[in-house]
Amino acid sequence: MPGVELLYWDGCPSHPDALADLNAALEELGHPEVEVTLVEIATEQQAAERDFIGSPTVRVGGVDPVPPPPGEPTGLTCRVYRRRDGGYSPTPDPADLREALLRLLPVAAREA
Amino acid sequence: MSLAIGAAVPAFTLPDTDGSPTSLRDAEAAATVVVFTCNHCPYALAWHERLQTVARDYRARGVRTLQINANDAARYPGDSPAAMAARVSAGEFAGPYLHDDTQEVARAWGAAVTPDVYVLDAAGRLAYHGAPDADYGEESLAAGWLREALEDVLAQRPVVLAETKPVGCSVKWRG
Repeated sequence: MPGVELLYWDGCPSHPDALADLNAALEELGHPEVEVTLVEIATEQQAAERDFIGSPTVRVGGVDPVPPPPGEPTGLTCRVYRRRDGGYSPTPDPADLREALLRLLPVAAREA
Repeated sequence: MSLAIGAAVPAFTLPDTDGSPTSLRDAEAAATVVVFTCNHCPYALAWHERLQTVARDYRARGVRTLQINANDAARYPGDSPAAMAARVSAGEFAGPYLHDDTQEVARAWGAAVTPDVYVLDAAGRLAYHGAPDADYGEESLAAGWLREALEDVLAQRPVVLAETKPVGCSVKWRG
């Protein structure tokens, strides 16, 4: 099972909402056993090392389910997401999270 | 330190995106809305259109809306004066968008996050401080807390819900 990580910067208040959305998606997809690893990014250096472009950032098996545009600078900031209705949001659209988890979690694990 | 409801607020004069000095006080205003906001914060962006709609809806009733960006543009280039001007040119603001380059106004007002919303009555006293409404993700809330505060101020009665918790990105102070 690929690891699910939630990278966050404490200067942005959005990661609890993102974690709740992530856990809800895992529950809905039949994977309540998957633990989300919280990874705090506290310095610009850590942000650069982890390609962290803003808080929160989800990684499933190392893959960002909502890939940012190429060349997005890393840094300690709140990440801007777009909802499916076009609106801005500090967290990924829950439907995008569900779709990404379906795509990125192994089929065998999903059917277990 | 945040300002107390009912207190007089610190005066300011700040440049807009054309460099024109804009002062807080306007004797003609029945109420004034001051919003500390910015370009790069998803909370500010999520609430942005709701706040512009309020500014437009209440303008004819004598409500003045001033929006201020105090973020450190050196660390957050998306909040630079050029980026502010580009948004104003694109018609994204229903009122002056002011630059608090020294961050003195944001500090004096105790602004902590973007967006951070203040409503002043006709005498310049603080009548409301907080968030636009209860949920950045729910457009239908239409900045209801701000609207309710304005209705109370315009009716010259105490604001029922005078303080809520501002929610957003931290103001980016200079290191």
